[in-house]
Amino acid sequence: MALLEITDLHAALEDGGKPILKGVSLTIRPGEVHAVMGPNGAGKSTLSNVIAGRPGFVVTGGSVTYDGQDLLALDADARARAGVFLAFQYPVEIPGVATATFLKTAINARRKAAGEPEIEALEFLKRMKANAKALGVVEDMLKRPVNVGFSGGEKKRAEVLQMAMLEPRLCLLDETDSGLDIDALRVVADGVNALRGPDRGMLVITHYQRLLDYIVPDVVHVLVDGRIVKSGDKALALDLEAHGYAQFAGAAA
Amino acid sequence: MVATQETVERIAEATGRYKYGFITDIDSDKAPKGLNEDIVRFISAKKDEPDWLLEWRLKAYRHWLTMREPSWAKLGYPPIDYQDAYYYAAPKSPEDAPKSLDEVDPELLRTYEKLGIPLREQEMLAGVAVDAVFDSVSVATTYKKKLEDMGVIFCPISEAVQRYPELVQRYLGSVVPYSDNFFATLNSAVFTDGSFVYVPKGLRCPMELSTYFRINERNTGQFERTLIIADEGSYVSYLEGCTAPQRDENQLHAAVVELVTMDDAEIKYSTVQNWYPGDENGKGGIYNFVTKRGACRGRDSKIMWTQVETGSAITWKYPSCILQGDNSVGEFYSVAITNNAQQADTGTKMIHIGKNTRSRVISKGIAAGRADQTYRGLVRMMPKAEGARNYTQCDSLLIGDRCGAHTVPYIETRNPTAQVEHEATTSRISDDQLFYCLQRGIPQEDAVTLIVNGFCKEVLQTLPMEFAVEAQKLVGVSLEGSVG
Repeated sequence: MALLEITDLHAALEDGGKPILKGVSLTIRPGEVHAVMGPNGAGKSTLSNVIAGRPGFVVTGGSVTYDGQDLLALDADARARAGVFLAFQYPVEIPGVATATFLKTAINARRKAAGEPEIEALEFLKRMKANAKALGVVEDMLKRPVNVGFSGGEKKRAEVLQMAMLEPRLCLLDETDSGLDIDALRVVADGVNALRGPDRGMLVITHYQRLLDYIVPDVVHVLVDGRIVKSGDKALALDLEAHGYAQFAGAAA
Repeated sequence: MVATQETVERIAEATGRYKYGFITDIDSDKAPKGLNEDIVRFISAKKDEPDWLLEWRLKAYRHWLTMREPSWAKLGYPPIDYQDAYYYAAPKSPEDAPKSLDEVDPELLRTYEKLGIPLREQEMLAGVAVDAVFDSVSVATTYKKKLEDMGVIFCPISEAVQRYPELVQRYLGSVVPYSDNFFATLNSAVFTDGSFVYVPKGLRCPMELSTYFRINERNTGQFERTLIIADEGSYVSYLEGCTAPQRDENQLHAAVVELVTMDDAEIKYSTVQNWYPGDENGKGGIYNFVTKRGACRGRDSKIMWTQVETGSAITWKYPSCILQGDNSVGEFYSVAITNNAQQADTGTKMIHIGKNTRSRVISKGIAAGRADQTYRGLVRMMPKAEGARNYTQCDSLLIGDRCGAHTVPYIETRNPTAQVEHEATTSRISDDQLFYCLQRGIPQEDAVTLIVNGFCKEVLQTLPMEFAVEAQKLVGVSLEGSVG
């Protein structure tokens, strides 16, 4: 069974806003990593936001099925608890809430929904320290409020750390490479690659080919003006790098 | 402490008039409705008070008659009919109390549960008349004995009037004079009970003093009077109230708290106020008009107020510090949460008199529903306050689009070397913050609680640890239903 099946998805901004997604279809099977590339304004971030259930968008047609269930019927928090994780392009700051506290609250929310007891403090600490170490996240950062005063690179690493801790089945990475220098990119990519597995699917959204040198996708989709105009393997990304998106300008019309 | 017939007769002789027959029946549990000199005498007689205290009450009452209820606060409520209230009621007898938790309002029990209050404490809080409560009596007794051995006096103020009259007489009204303001003056005339604390020279009281331990002796009613004195070089931390919602059949509450610190002494006073806020429309909620003031009399002394205000329909409260001693320090940390139709006008006054006095004010206001709240704070630098400093930070958080937050700072400085800083912000819980939490699987109400607790952190962490944990839960419970 497919992990994520998007069929002819149409979405627009709320309150009669303009349509952004105009019939997107793609299928991610467990274990696969898909990349979505496209020019600015093509609808890449909208796609990840609609899957995650962000307010402000309305689905005007099509369907999204996750692990056999109608994902669009679930509230955003229920989608997250079902295993959908979005690594944000711009992670927000939550003053006064320590990163560790935030993570623990998120883990326990899942456990509570699943009828499980809260995570043991010791187990939580052990897992957090191990994950933090792997991602080069210093412990001091875990005590600091969520994303407050973090550098761009720290924010992205913290996102991947959360992803590792929450063990989602579907990871949506929204322009995770933006704002990262090459060293930070490598660390983040290593973190993401460590999470690849036979049960987990990933949708990696990026503007540049660069990220895909590190997170090598199984399938590459080109999104232009709200539609997938071409799909292919890793070579497609290199082709785009060489020739740009202009070649698809006609297809979008 | 039931007044004797002689006392009544003595009063009768002294005053020569009793309009109401009730006064001869000293065992009656309730004074009739209304307020007049006889009621004041009745209360005083009930408590077998010395003449000076009765005189003081009467002075207050007579002064009160000349005063008008203040109207400057940003609060709206129907006029209070002071003649339509009871000013004295004896403790309820055990026969009237609920026999078990089954007889207690289920809504109240649900809240206790959310706050994680153990069953036995629930019974105590709900006033259930069961033997289980006796356990806590013995705990309280041991605790009192320990304090007494150290020389700390901690007892109901009515008991202190009998046992330590010279201390009470010296300090009562010395910080909040009987003529201070409408509500404090009313309290001076009719206060029923409250706490008295005296910490002797050089003693650092190792235990938190808590009204909780006095819960069984408690019939402080709506006019509570508290007096705390920290003698030279001493320290005490005092906790008032409790996170569990408290109901009271009396709508009007007007408490007075006076604190005094001598040289090098420190008082830390923490409050969690969770009186019944009324229904969604504020109906039936408590009106809470409180005067709290501390005097840093000695040099290098310190008073720190921390308050978490979540209850009451109306809150009118400005815990203040008079910084008389050189180098004395006043601090005020406040979280005020108003939801539904609650209104709060609260803040502080920092009066700098001595040299190099310092004050710090951190106020966090959260308004949700249709609630309105105002921070009102005065910082006054007197001419002799050389080198005095104040820092004030007021942050307001709005939840929804029908509530209001207002900041009204009053800054007066009459010394050119004094420094005053004031910062204020107003913000909302952003949709992005909420979505970020939701996306991590945290349900909406928990997300609001998390964000608001983060917003209040600076204040909550000044509370004693156990209290802080309870207060965090309380924040969540207070904001239930505010989003979505």
